[in-house]
Amino acid sequence: MAMDKKIFTTPIIKANPITVLVLGICSALAVTVKLEPAIVMGISVTLVTGLSSFLISLIRKTIPNRIRIIVQLVVVAMFVILISEFLKAYVYDVSKQLSVYVGLIITNCIIMGRIEAFGLTEKPLPSLVDGLANGLGYGLILVIVAFFRELIGSGTIFGAQIIPQSWYEAGYMNNGLFIMPPMALILIGCLIWIQRSYQKDDDKK
Amino acid sequence: MDTNKNTYTVFYTIALVAIVATILAVVSMGLKNRQQTNIKVEKQMNILNCAGLAADAKTVSDRNKYVQDEFDKYIAEAQIVNNEGEIVESFTDKIGDCDAFRVAAADQYDIMRKIDGTQDQAAKEALAKDLKLPVFICNNPDGSKNYILSGYGSGLWGPIWTYIAVKEDGKIAGALFDHSSETPGLGGEIVTGKFRSQFTDKVILENGEIIPITVVKGGNANAKANEINAISGATITSKAVQTMISNWMNYYKPYLQKIVSGAAPEPVAEENPKTE
Repeated sequence: MAMDKKIFTTPIIKANPITVLVLGICSALAVTVKLEPAIVMGISVTLVTGLSSFLISLIRKTIPNRIRIIVQLVVVAMFVILISEFLKAYVYDVSKQLSVYVGLIITNCIIMGRIEAFGLTEKPLPSLVDGLANGLGYGLILVIVAFFRELIGSGTIFGAQIIPQSWYEAGYMNNGLFIMPPMALILIGCLIWIQRSYQKDDDKK
Repeated sequence: MDTNKNTYTVFYTIALVAIVATILAVVSMGLKNRQQTNIKVEKQMNILNCAGLAADAKTVSDRNKYVQDEFDKYIAEAQIVNNEGEIVESFTDKIGDCDAFRVAAADQYDIMRKIDGTQDQAAKEALAKDLKLPVFICNNPDGSKNYILSGYGSGLWGPIWTYIAVKEDGKIAGALFDHSSETPGLGGEIVTGKFRSQFTDKVILENGEIIPITVVKGGNANAKANEINAISGATITSKAVQTMISNWMNYYKPYLQKIVSGAAPEPVAEENPKTE
């Protein structure tokens, strides 16, 4: 199963959906102000990409080619609504925090992108792995960005004060720019920069 | 099989939609009770929290039971009040399921907006008669009473709402804010204790008049002048809180006047000559 291992590891770093494929940027800007919603969002997207890739792959031979995008959309929307309903019933607090962004998972380009590129042509199990891995890759970037934004923007991690009060008394201030969406874009830009400088070989192809 | 035929495509779509719709309907029905209990407990918790009660709700293992028990213990009465300060209906039993608990603040806010939208004085008064203002009376552990009032308004992206506990002397005992879609880290900060605690002990009614609470930018709020520090970067949400409070308190004013002056609010007279 050497093949399967690669399917799983590549999307997390080497072909990360955000930093390399540059997909799903929009929600990465929106939910990364605090760590907690970023993690839940990462988990939700992982589940949706995995499950919808799996299901599409199962029925891939029956899907009429002309309406495949609509079929994908219906399947993705179904999983998103299911996740939203379960969040509301079992982790109400978290569902409140994510509010509109759960619904917006449907529009996350990673999901449709992976179904088109992978789920439609490959077998169900590799598709499931590929979907989960891409979701995890997305979640990883979200968590890194959210960590810096919450720490520098609000001085907290998971809502707990990290920057000691004495610093504030000495004149330290939370950086308001980190709370704003543009800073998320700058941080993602930095991550892409760091990654590209280590992965030069891939670009030459 | 040829999957590109028109008939195949049509039947495929119909079958797919039917299956997905069935799954969603079944799940939605199955989870509905749980979701509604969550919403109800959330509201009960907000009402208790604004008066500084049920502080352990975040840490107890069975939150639903804890909140419902605390709610039954402390909330002695729920009332629906009209804009003349008279009690339309009063409930002392099963408050978590009574009409006063179920009054949708959003609907009342719609009526308020209609009142603001019309110029005709008679029409304004007619609309105001339909207002149902919920009040929850809370018996504090120390024997004092809090009158918990509602509020609802428009934030930057969606609705915001509040519960304000007013003491018998017309000062705020505590306030709680919540929102559906304000920006996390910016407008969403209205839920934090740091913002909420500023409202404690602010005067809401003095000498029979509502004292407006003003939100000030730049962290220079003068605590004595009923000023609140706005959340930096979230001016619109902060202003929305100010507008919401002044809006609702104006309708609660006659009721508050009676509370503060010590005269118990009376039920609506059986036969109201104005409506005949």
